[in-house]
Amino acid sequence: VLAVVAAACSVSLAALPSGASATRGKTEGETIRLVTHDSFALSKDVLAAFTARTGIDVEILQGGDGGAIVNQAILTKDNPVGDVLYGVDNTFLTRALDAGIFERYRSPALDTVPEALRRDTKSRVTPIDYADVCINYDKTWFAENEVKVPQTLQDLAKPAYRGKLVVEDPSTSTTGLAFLVATVAEYGPNKWPRYWERLRANDVRVVDGWDQAFYDEFSGGGAGGTRPLVVSYASSPPASVVFAEPPTDEATIGTMTGSCFRQVEYAGILAGSEHRAAARELVDFMLSEQFQSDMPLQMFVFPAREGTPLPKVFEQFADTPTDPYTLTPREIGAGRDEWIRQWTGTVLR
Amino acid sequence: VTRSRVAAIACAALPVAFVAVFFVYPVVAILDRGLRPDGHVDLAPLRDVFTDDTTRGVVWFTVWQAALSTVLTLVVALPGAYVLARLRFPGRTLVRALVTIPFVLPTVLVASAFLALGVERSLGAILLAHVFFNYAVVVRVVGELWRHLDPYEEAAARVLGASRWRAFREVTLPALQPGIVASATITFLFCFTSFGVILLLGGPSRSTIETEIYRQTTRFLDLPLAAALSIVQLLTVIVLLWLAGRFERRAAVPRRLRSSREVEHRPRSLGDRMLLGSNLAVMAALLGLPLAVLVVRSLTPPSGFGVAYYRALGHVREGSTLFVPPLDAVWNSVKYATIATVIAVAVGGLAAWAGTRTRSRWLDGLLALPLGVSAVTLGFGFLIALDEPPLDLRGSTWLVPLAQALVALPFVVLLTAPVLRAIDPRLREAAQMLGASPARARRAVDLPIAGRALFVAGAFAFAISLGEFGATAFVVRPDSPTLPIVIYRLLGQPGDLSFGGAMAASVLLMVLVVIAMVAGDRLRTRSIGEF
Repeated sequence: VLAVVAAACSVSLAALPSGASATRGKTEGETIRLVTHDSFALSKDVLAAFTARTGIDVEILQGGDGGAIVNQAILTKDNPVGDVLYGVDNTFLTRALDAGIFERYRSPALDTVPEALRRDTKSRVTPIDYADVCINYDKTWFAENEVKVPQTLQDLAKPAYRGKLVVEDPSTSTTGLAFLVATVAEYGPNKWPRYWERLRANDVRVVDGWDQAFYDEFSGGGAGGTRPLVVSYASSPPASVVFAEPPTDEATIGTMTGSCFRQVEYAGILAGSEHRAAARELVDFMLSEQFQSDMPLQMFVFPAREGTPLPKVFEQFADTPTDPYTLTPREIGAGRDEWIRQWTGTVLR
Repeated sequence: VTRSRVAAIACAALPVAFVAVFFVYPVVAILDRGLRPDGHVDLAPLRDVFTDDTTRGVVWFTVWQAALSTVLTLVVALPGAYVLARLRFPGRTLVRALVTIPFVLPTVLVASAFLALGVERSLGAILLAHVFFNYAVVVRVVGELWRHLDPYEEAAARVLGASRWRAFREVTLPALQPGIVASATITFLFCFTSFGVILLLGGPSRSTIETEIYRQTTRFLDLPLAAALSIVQLLTVIVLLWLAGRFERRAAVPRRLRSSREVEHRPRSLGDRMLLGSNLAVMAALLGLPLAVLVVRSLTPPSGFGVAYYRALGHVREGSTLFVPPLDAVWNSVKYATIATVIAVAVGGLAAWAGTRTRSRWLDGLLALPLGVSAVTLGFGFLIALDEPPLDLRGSTWLVPLAQALVALPFVVLLTAPVLRAIDPRLREAAQMLGASPARARRAVDLPIAGRALFVAGAFAFAISLGEFGATAFVVRPDSPTLPIVIYRLLGQPGDLSFGGAMAASVLLMVLVVIAMVAGDRLRTRSIGEF
């Protein structure tokens, strides 16, 4: 037995593939790697169209959430795992930029993106999409209990909503981090802990990740939760319609548009990529109409390219905030780690 | 003697090389990055772990919750081990396979099932979940020994006038000790490095060294602190393994083992029947109920009882974060787990073999170390270490079975080494007396026993690889996800179909584990036979 397994083992070791093949020159026939987060999704035919047009094969590597992939890219700076990184958002952007993991590239397609989303003046990253992290509410619960839906962050600390809200821990969840930033934007760098003290006194529940919040705790998640308010996304109502079983044409959850923080996601070419030309093609493609119009129903985010038509289910059910909270990546980068520590001290300890 | 030593060293070369390249090197690389940020070693973070109130609290909590969990698991599972080892009753093989399921289920599902049963996030929930997950470890490891323990020794003690309790305490318990120590060690290490259970069921205010490493690495990129915590964790694990090894060496007396057919019996007395009844009830409540919740949920979409969630697994839906139909993951899981099992059994088996020939224990210890390193540390280590020729594995699909094999390896060693050491040399001597050459005596005596042990270990390794999540998530490719990855991805988006799909996928994972365990049990007894 041992001899057999030993032989099998040495064979399997010998059969290890010898890593990436570095073909330089024309992009035709090249394979590039797109490093992205776990929420990445794309229609097969969209990627196939890109390959058919350019001759470039794209391999996708997913390495955790938005925070984890940035840290990964920083650690592997000398020998990058891939060529293009997509999914760094404005809450982690400065960490990535300061570490110098991206090389400069200004895509010609950038002109189609509204000024407000373009935050990097040195053209190291390209905005691809945005999503609004908002409080979702369970429409059924509020109707049945005849309670008014809260309108502002201030409302959430009121006795009427005691024990009704579930949020994610910003030290483990990017969604939770975005909501924390929203409260910092509302109350300012000094007063926001006071607000969280009041939320804590109002029996806010903290869980580790979005799925625990949405499925285990939120009453509108469909899996037996009891709290009617959850930190989620403005695109959660359309998503819940798309994924309804049996199919439905009515959203049972709504969005509190006065509570939103706008998360912008960027793509950048990883410095040290051996496939620079192909990587540029991919970044351009990510801003193309084909890619952009595929994103909403795949990742439930909003396209950055102006004028991209939205799917019907988005127009019907996604309540987008007119004036979401926002801070510059620089402000977030300077405060982030300290905010998380302070938040942990205020809410959990 | 010299020749056999040479052979032993040759046997040891492969496991040592494997662990050195795929474990020690990546882990050292990431720790080095943390503790030598600008060229010179800075050990201040190590001191900070113990001077800072928060991290000191984290270390202390990690230790005591693990100790408490281990004691509880032993108390609950030891009677269960007896029942499944010694009492013959209809459906026993199935029950034995079923109790193994929890061990390999992704924590995220178990947490969800517990919450659905009304368990509140608390310390109690953590302990309950740890007993749930590790019950199988005790039942399998201690049970395997119990199944073959000579019952006549205890009977002899009774005849000589010892009370039932005294006979158990002074005859059976010492004989079981190697198994108890081994399973307690595994359980403690599991609870000590617990990650998902702490985050999901303990609530965010509780953290262990493992969750803190994750937070510091993925959120704050505080590599020095993460490295310091990793070293504290690793050192604790080394000390514990060393203690367990010493203990086991003292307790390892070659024993005459019996065929389980001679040992087991139908429940005869009232006591036996009560024991059987109460233990089955415990298993049903503790293990069965949460599993049942998952099955029921997977079969009850809002449209009414049916297999809609299962059907949905057959194709890629619009908006799914999966790039292949979730059902493909069944095949991927089996494929990766098979390769990982082959690697783990080969490497672990060779090491255990070499260990018995040279009587040295450091190899066992080396191979058990992956237990003490967090998936994040290993995953990041892989990324920064295995990135240059000749070993450039960036993005390679080989990383998945390699990572899984590393996770399974400690179990293979812990499960096979004690058995190999316990082989009665008199058996070998008897064979030689009857005319067998030393080599033939080894083949005839050691190989069947080693084969049995490797089968048990292999089944375990396979199950662990099937359920492995932490390390796999770091290195898996989206076009070939495993079942736990699919479950996790499905849970990452809203909607009934996503949630129900995760439940259905988890039931498939459970079925796979049961098939593997039952097949392992059957195959083992058929091909190798009993003692």
